[in-house]
Amino acid sequence: MKNFSYARAENAANAIHLISQNEHAKFLGGGTNLVDLMRENIEQPDMLVDVSGLPFNHIEALSNGAISIGAGVKNTDLANHAIIRDRYPMLSQAILFGASGQIRNMATTGGNLLQRTRCYYFYDKAAGCNKRDPGSGCDAIEGLNRMHAILGASENCIATHPSDMCVALAALDATVNVQGNKGKRVISFYDFYRLPGNTPHIETSLQADELITSIQIPPLEMARNSTYRKVRDRASYAFALVSVAAALEIEDGIITNVRLALGGVAHQPWRAHKAEKLLVSAAVNRKTFQDAAEVELKDAKGYGHNNFKIELAKRTLVSVLSELAESGGAR
Amino acid sequence: MQINSQREQVLDHHDLHSTSPAVARGLLTPETIINLKINGTPYKLNLEPRVSLLDALREYLEIMGPKKGCNQGACGACTVLVDGKRILSCLALAIQYQDTEITTIEGLSENTALHPLQAAFIEHDGLQCGYCTPGQICSVVGMINEFKNGLPSAVTPDISASRIEFSDTEIKERMSGNLCRCGAYMGICDAIRKVYATEVAP
Repeated sequence: MKNFSYARAENAANAIHLISQNEHAKFLGGGTNLVDLMRENIEQPDMLVDVSGLPFNHIEALSNGAISIGAGVKNTDLANHAIIRDRYPMLSQAILFGASGQIRNMATTGGNLLQRTRCYYFYDKAAGCNKRDPGSGCDAIEGLNRMHAILGASENCIATHPSDMCVALAALDATVNVQGNKGKRVISFYDFYRLPGNTPHIETSLQADELITSIQIPPLEMARNSTYRKVRDRASYAFALVSVAAALEIEDGIITNVRLALGGVAHQPWRAHKAEKLLVSAAVNRKTFQDAAEVELKDAKGYGHNNFKIELAKRTLVSVLSELAESGGAR
Repeated sequence: MQINSQREQVLDHHDLHSTSPAVARGLLTPETIINLKINGTPYKLNLEPRVSLLDALREYLEIMGPKKGCNQGACGACTVLVDGKRILSCLALAIQYQDTEITTIEGLSENTALHPLQAAFIEHDGLQCGYCTPGQICSVVGMINEFKNGLPSAVTPDISASRIEFSDTEIKERMSGNLCRCGAYMGICDAIRKVYATEVAP
């Protein structure tokens, strides 16, 4: 690992000041992804600004019913929070389906959002990777791409976002609160992530000096009937081939509200807006669910090894929606 | 957790690193004094910020219980407890773990008496080569704390349930971050069940 200097931020303003002094500085939270990437020399910051001691470690129920989650809240604590388990079960589940017990005790909420892809070619410095080394090509397109994207990819990058938690947050319309030299701003989850296009090395709309301070989840009563399904090569401790976060509300056999997002299929947590649109006001039956899956995956493209993901994503969507229809409005 | 002694150990690696020509030319960051409290004993170390907690333990303090398996967060052999919570010391920078109570396998036994999990691992053949064992046992201690704290897992049928059954499925899911290449998993599960039934459940 290349050596670096280390500073412990005293407060948010200090953290932003420190990161602004050095263009090769990075924030350090739990370190579970960054330390690994630094050891592989994929990330080579000159300086780490440790933000793990900042007071962003609380989960709060706000007066408007929304939940505020500090960026420093550990994955384990978020998954185990009574309000999250009760009102947003898909979020607890998504977190618990990710990583291992040890890593969930270290990893933070803010850091989870900023995880880098687990594409093998991104990690392999001998390989072409436009994300790691812009202009060097994408060896995954013609290579081993079983884990790779089927939606929203480009000829420059077919990497996926590895997070489980973020799939649930996308479905829940979470917002990201950030603070930088120009002050504070709120970014919708949808606007936070970018598709690869010609710039796969730029993954989010976060500016270099901006620090994530918290995530906010709006009140959403229907999320009580929600779930997270993860399909992977091993039963535990593996990244998703396909995952689905879904919430479903039904009245008199008609879908009144639905939230759907897919993981393991794109450069970002994939909110299934097209499927949602088709589902709202439709009758609850298997054909409706199948139609929704078809419309969402209509533009999906496989790259060889990952062709199976297209059918797998459809079947997982239908299966999860069917399960939630069974459990109905009540949990 | 017992505290063996409160002596403070100062290990100075100053001669090894910080006077090197690279440091003098500003190419390397000088070492920093880092305070770590391990198994009840406080230590002061001169370390570069890039030294992992695992390397600080093994290479600088010669606390050899935590093992370096994959060094990338995949195998769990380096698992230690920080304030009672299990973490991976290979993905932890030592400098970030000042002001915490770090416990390794060495800190679990009471003088010469084995920790109940150590005894149960022996009794139930929860190991063959033993390389993963310190990490396994520290992980079980943390896992049982999590369970007692009401934490659900990915296989918990009802995520909002206040009571969770300590089933084999739960044990396997919760221990999936610790690999055993000898395949002593059946023995490990037996040992965990035994200790849970005799030490925790009553």
